Amino acid sequence: MAEDIKVIVFKLGTEEYGIEVEKVQTIERMMPITRVPKTYSFIKGVINLRGVVIPVIDLRGRFGIEEAEHTDQTRVIIVNVNAMEVGFIVDSANDVIDLNRDIIDTPPDVVGGIKAKYLDGVAKIGDDRLLIMLNLAEVLNKGEIVQLEGLEG
Amino acid sequence: MDMNQYLSMFIDESNDHLQSLNESMMGLEANPEDLSIVQVIFRSAHTLKGMAATMGFEDLASLTHQMENVLDLVRNNKLRMQDFIFDTLFKSLDALESMVENITGGGDGKADVFAIVAALQAIVRGEIPAAGGAAAEVTAAKPGNTTDAQVYLDEFQYSVLEQSLQEGHQVLYVDVAIRKDCQLKAVRAYMVFDLLERSGEVVKSFPSVQDIEQEKFDYGFSLYYITQKDASEIQKMILNLSEIDQVTAVALDQESLRQMGQESIAATAEAPAPAPAQEAAPQASNASPAAPVQKEENGKAAPARTGGAPTPSRTIRVDIERLDVLMNLFSELLIDRVRLEQLASEVQNGDLTETVEHMGRVSGDLQNIVMKLRMVPVDTVFNRFPRMIRDLAKSLDKKVDLIITGADTELDRTVIDEIGDPLVHLLRNAVDHGIESIADRVAAGKPETGTVHLRAFHSGNHVFIEIEEDGVGIYPKKVLKSAVKKGAITQEQANSMSDDEAYQLLFAPGFSTAEVISDVSGRGVGLDVVKAKISSLGGNVTIYSTPGKGTNFSVQLPLTLSIIAAMLVRLGSEKYAIPLSSIVETGIVKQSQIRTIHGNKMLEFRGSHIPLVSLSKIFSIPDYDESTEEETEIVVVRKGERLVALAVQDFIGQNEIVIKNLGKYLPEVQGISGATILGDGQVALIIDPNAFIK
Repeated sequence: MAEDIKVIVFKLGTEEYGIEVEKVQTIERMMPITRVPKTYSFIKGVINLRGVVIPVIDLRGRFGIEEAEHTDQTRVIIVNVNAMEVGFIVDSANDVIDLNRDIIDTPPDVVGGIKAKYLDGVAKIGDDRLLIMLNLAEVLNKGEIVQLEGLEG
Repeated sequence: MDMNQYLSMFIDESNDHLQSLNESMMGLEANPEDLSIVQVIFRSAHTLKGMAATMGFEDLASLTHQMENVLDLVRNNKLRMQDFIFDTLFKSLDALESMVENITGGGDGKADVFAIVAALQAIVRGEIPAAGGAAAEVTAAKPGNTTDAQVYLDEFQYSVLEQSLQEGHQVLYVDVAIRKDCQLKAVRAYMVFDLLERSGEVVKSFPSVQDIEQEKFDYGFSLYYITQKDASEIQKMILNLSEIDQVTAVALDQESLRQMGQESIAATAEAPAPAPAQEAAPQASNASPAAPVQKEENGKAAPARTGGAPTPSRTIRVDIERLDVLMNLFSELLIDRVRLEQLASEVQNGDLTETVEHMGRVSGDLQNIVMKLRMVPVDTVFNRFPRMIRDLAKSLDKKVDLIITGADTELDRTVIDEIGDPLVHLLRNAVDHGIESIADRVAAGKPETGTVHLRAFHSGNHVFIEIEEDGVGIYPKKVLKSAVKKGAITQEQANSMSDDEAYQLLFAPGFSTAEVISDVSGRGVGLDVVKAKISSLGGNVTIYSTPGKGTNFSVQLPLTLSIIAAMLVRLGSEKYAIPLSSIVETGIVKQSQIRTIHGNKMLEFRGSHIPLVSLSKIFSIPDYDESTEEETEIVVVRKGERLVALAVQDFIGQNEIVIKNLGKYLPEVQGISGATILGDGQVALIIDPNAFIK
């Protein structure tokens, strides 16, 4: 019997994603971002989070989804993975749910156009809700991006 | 339970105890009769042992235990402190230090301390060799006078020797001195043993074979040897080996053996009784020229050295990360304060304005305190120097007084962490090359003992650390001459150089390895590294020297690394900070003054052409491009001798900024060295001018 985990649920477009709550430091409303030149286009810049400078990533850009205008619902989720503090810009984030690890399935090859390596698994919650669990370490892995850009270039 | 929590406490406290042990030992060395210091040392060692045992660091605990045994005899007046005991105890401290270091680095604190433990045990047993090489000479000078021998036999060895004599073998007492310039003395010693083993048997040697193999002996050793050959024959055989200075082989008969045996057994039995060798030791220590004394002129910082328990510390340890969090929270508060002040001036309410003003004053005071929390007295770096100078002087056969002033001067923790190595270098330089040998000093009419002053003091926004000695000084002409010889400068340049410029040559990289310089004044070994390190801290180092009288290295350091003065500039909607330390000047140029050379934009600046770098292009700034403007503001920045002009839109002004890094996810961004938070809460990036100068 696997234990329950708490998961922060957020949205990108119509998809719902989940991040384990202990990896999330805080969720902030959109705030002024200082652009950092000479970095990847999906790195929107840095913010001042209570005196700490934190880089902010547009998750849509990171996953190669078309970027969207920021709205009242737009949130910055500050995560802390491997002692790296990073903010994710997401369309909205307003739910915390309990999830049993048993119902997380291994990810299918491709879900919603996102490379499977970014995913930890997919959980079916309710009748027609699919929750995509993110593999944060991979999302923040820059080595892989270099390779990607190299291929594109 | 989280052992790590205790571990860091253990490491901190062990380091404290080791430091106080080192200091007390130095004090005791200057004042060997003062048993109250021994008490202090004993207590520290005892605490350390207990801590180590609790944490499961057995090697550490057992070494301190052996030290305690020695100290216990001393404090109960059963053993007199002398050079060999000091050396062994200092060696033990070094071993303890490296063990704690190992633990700090995540190791298990295990170390091979067998030799030291053996030496400590030997001291407790009363087996004390007279001061090393000197002893060998003494015995060598009086061959046959075997009562002086320091090799004590136990009963078993004694009976072996006695029996051999009865069976008609020769028993020899052999004393070997290896030449002082011998490079691999352990190998020579091995060859002697090898030779002897071929025609007989070595029963007992001092130092032990193990110590000899590890080069843990001075240039002589003694042994008991059973053979069929004559003493003179053995003597000749050993002398045939190269690099052997002197050999004395004395044949023992029943009578002399019994005499020595009785002495040995007596000495072993009542260990603390002063053996003959011990009486010789104080003389040896008097003869030894190295006698560094540590003095502390600053009354406040002077620790109570003579007796009594140290006053209980009124400080607590705080993790530096917590201080960082405090700093961050505080800068939040500052931003809100600025916002409140704005609102208050809009609202025009007297009470509100008054409250906000009061809050401004309080937060100003708070800011001072928060900044001060990161400040550490420079003493934490200085405290290891007395011991270092002692060892250095001893190994160089010089007499050196180290006088420390201003050890309570405070510097930011980050600077403190970095400044140790350059200071070590400069101090070594001062003792090694600055202070002359005793003979030279006497010849120059100076006191035998050289003085090295280590001073720290505040001045304005800087801290100065000075290292001044009364040694040989630097002769600018000789520096220039060798610089010309090395091809570093031309003869014409040399002719026009001032003394100060000549001294600066010592910091040039090319000079670092030049023997020429070492011959002249001994300066220049790695000074370029010292200079580079200090520059990287935003500091500066200068030399003043009076030839024949001494040299002063003056190191200027910023109070803190986390706050710098910077020029804020605007490019379109974006703001950037440029460190003031690398800005040469600012100005305005007309489009017509910009030339294109080989496709690169260049600008005439003080008679030469320097590149003009478009920040807006490099940083792809969305809403500004200087090429559309008739006049462009430029900031000329410098890296070493090279200059570059950066084109910007507006100067906002000069500001003190708190440097923050961009976080682990963005460790390196080209052209950006960090970020800072402006008064309005916005983040501004700090430009790294070095990135634009290739």
